[in-house]
Amino acid sequence: MNGKNSELIILSVVMGFIFVLMSLLIPGQFLRIENLQSMAFQLPELGLLSLAMMITMLTGGIDLSIIATANLTGIVTALILKNSVLAGTEATVPGAIILLAVVTGLFTALIIGLINGLLVAVVNVSPILATLGTMTLVKGLAIVITKGYVISGLPNVIRFIGNGVIAGIPVGAILFTLCALLMSLILNRTPFGFSVYMLGSNPTATYYSGINNKLVLIKTYLISSLYAGFAALIMISRFNSAKAGYGESYLLVTILVSVLGGTSATGGFGKVSGLVLALIILQFVSSGLNLLRISSFLTITIWGLIIIFVMIVNYLGSKYRKRGVV
Amino acid sequence: MQRLFKHHETYVFIIIIVFSIVITAVNRNFLTLENFFDIAKSYSFIGIFAVGVTFVLISGGIDISFTAVATVAEYVMAVYIIKFGGNIITASIIVIIVGITLGMINALLIYFFKIPTIITTIATLNIYYGLLIVISGGKWIYSLPQWFRDFATINLFTVSKAGGSSYGLSIITTLWIVLIFLSWLILKYTRLGRGIYAMGGNMNSAKRIGFNIFGIQMFVYSFMGVMAGLAGLVQALLVQTVAPNSIVGKELDVIAAVVLGGASLLGGRGTLLGTVLGVALIAIMGNGLTLMRVSSYWYNIFIGLIIIISVSFSAYQQRKKQKRTINVHAQ
Repeated sequence: MNGKNSELIILSVVMGFIFVLMSLLIPGQFLRIENLQSMAFQLPELGLLSLAMMITMLTGGIDLSIIATANLTGIVTALILKNSVLAGTEATVPGAIILLAVVTGLFTALIIGLINGLLVAVVNVSPILATLGTMTLVKGLAIVITKGYVISGLPNVIRFIGNGVIAGIPVGAILFTLCALLMSLILNRTPFGFSVYMLGSNPTATYYSGINNKLVLIKTYLISSLYAGFAALIMISRFNSAKAGYGESYLLVTILVSVLGGTSATGGFGKVSGLVLALIILQFVSSGLNLLRISSFLTITIWGLIIIFVMIVNYLGSKYRKRGVV
Repeated sequence: MQRLFKHHETYVFIIIIVFSIVITAVNRNFLTLENFFDIAKSYSFIGIFAVGVTFVLISGGIDISFTAVATVAEYVMAVYIIKFGGNIITASIIVIIVGITLGMINALLIYFFKIPTIITTIATLNIYYGLLIVISGGKWIYSLPQWFRDFATINLFTVSKAGGSSYGLSIITTLWIVLIFLSWLILKYTRLGRGIYAMGGNMNSAKRIGFNIFGIQMFVYSFMGVMAGLAGLVQALLVQTVAPNSIVGKELDVIAAVVLGGASLLGGRGTLLGTVLGVALIAIMGNGLTLMRVSSYWYNIFIGLIIIISVSFSAYQQRKKQKRTINVHAQ
């Protein structure tokens, strides 16, 4: 049996088990359209941030600055929008200004990604340290710009991204699906994606196969920041505001989601499909426990237990397979 | 002299001196014994964490869960001394036991199931912290016993000021200094200490030479647990309230301080002197900005810039050393 597929099978089994368990524990409520819809509202922001984390982990790196990047992007976008909103005319902001705000926000994210990429690829700083530095710096910028206050009062159009529904499906979920598909295409169907995996497994071999390692790394951190920027749009829309400290507890969770989804912490392995399965598992657990009126802190405990359980099963599985080969 | 400039610590020390001169030029109050004691006392909490993190980084691992371990230890200790009484010895024993237990759980998972240390400890951070909040209901504890309050105000020696007030070397700072000294002895003069360096440098070689990897790993993570527990105790002594959410979230700040001091995330490198200097740098930055009346909003920007410049500089130094071999490593 192929090792990578067996991880996906384990995840699917865990997902099925939790789905059945929750449906039985909370009959009538868990399976209701409203609950499924609210799960689809909550999933995209963590999902996009996890994709941002995952691509850096594939190269054997990490990006600790994603949350700070998302917040700064959100703040830049929100400031432009707010300054163009005249008192009392909240609902009517010209499309051009919205486009300008979004593009400027994403451009900010890309600059941070470029700094990360240059530090990691050219200066040779280990990714965890480089992004720890930019995380602190970017968070500092966000605090200085906002003076710690919340920026609120955004036009209705922005609220649509996080709270709107098209044909019963939340807009955020549609955006996430598109972004996940795009990431999957980049990783599996382009030469760049191939070199990301290669670089993660063996940088020396990659270098000698004539691949420009530096360029691959810089592109990786640019994509990571861009995805953090996408997450920012959903965040400002759902909170209907922007602030320096939103979503900080997501940072370590995105690493958990990636690893739970089969991304190797040392690089080289991992699939978008695994990550999506992992996200759905975590969402089932948190929504289910929420419906059961159990503290959200028990949810994070259970997330921790699930990841250790899956890691142990994977370890025992790979040991068993190795013995089979010998 | 030239040999001195090969050490990372020298550069950190020079940066500290430069900052101190700038800060003193703006505000004379910086360079006083009183301010020095004050900084040392309030940063002993971060400093004790940093000692434990240094051990883990040298061994080639990383620990994220120590803030949760500290919180659990602190909380259990507070509940116990309020219910059953006791003294500072009882309190210390409790935090040490809790720290060792939770640290050992980390070590067992890491050793037996070969889960990467960062993943194990992020998972256990969530498990420990989540369980604590669920069981405690997230309640804050204010009513700590009188002896606990009194202990925090003990000074080893006191200097009287002209205005009638006085200051001195706090017992909390002393605890930090003693811990640094003991840890330094372990790292430098015991076989265990050399084993930690060997394991961080190359796990397989260390195993072949005959080091007991299981024993070393158990020690490193239990030691981190003990330091976390004691840091929790110190935090309770400093603020005299136990809030379950006050420590978790500071993990990366502590790791940043240790890394500024020169410990490598790849393992095998790092010294306690470097760690103390790293903590001192962060402490002086925080204190100095306040004394220079710079708005606290700017704190993160300065710290971020220092981290980026410092890690870039040491990466550059590292590369100069390896100039003869073609360097193609991605990280």
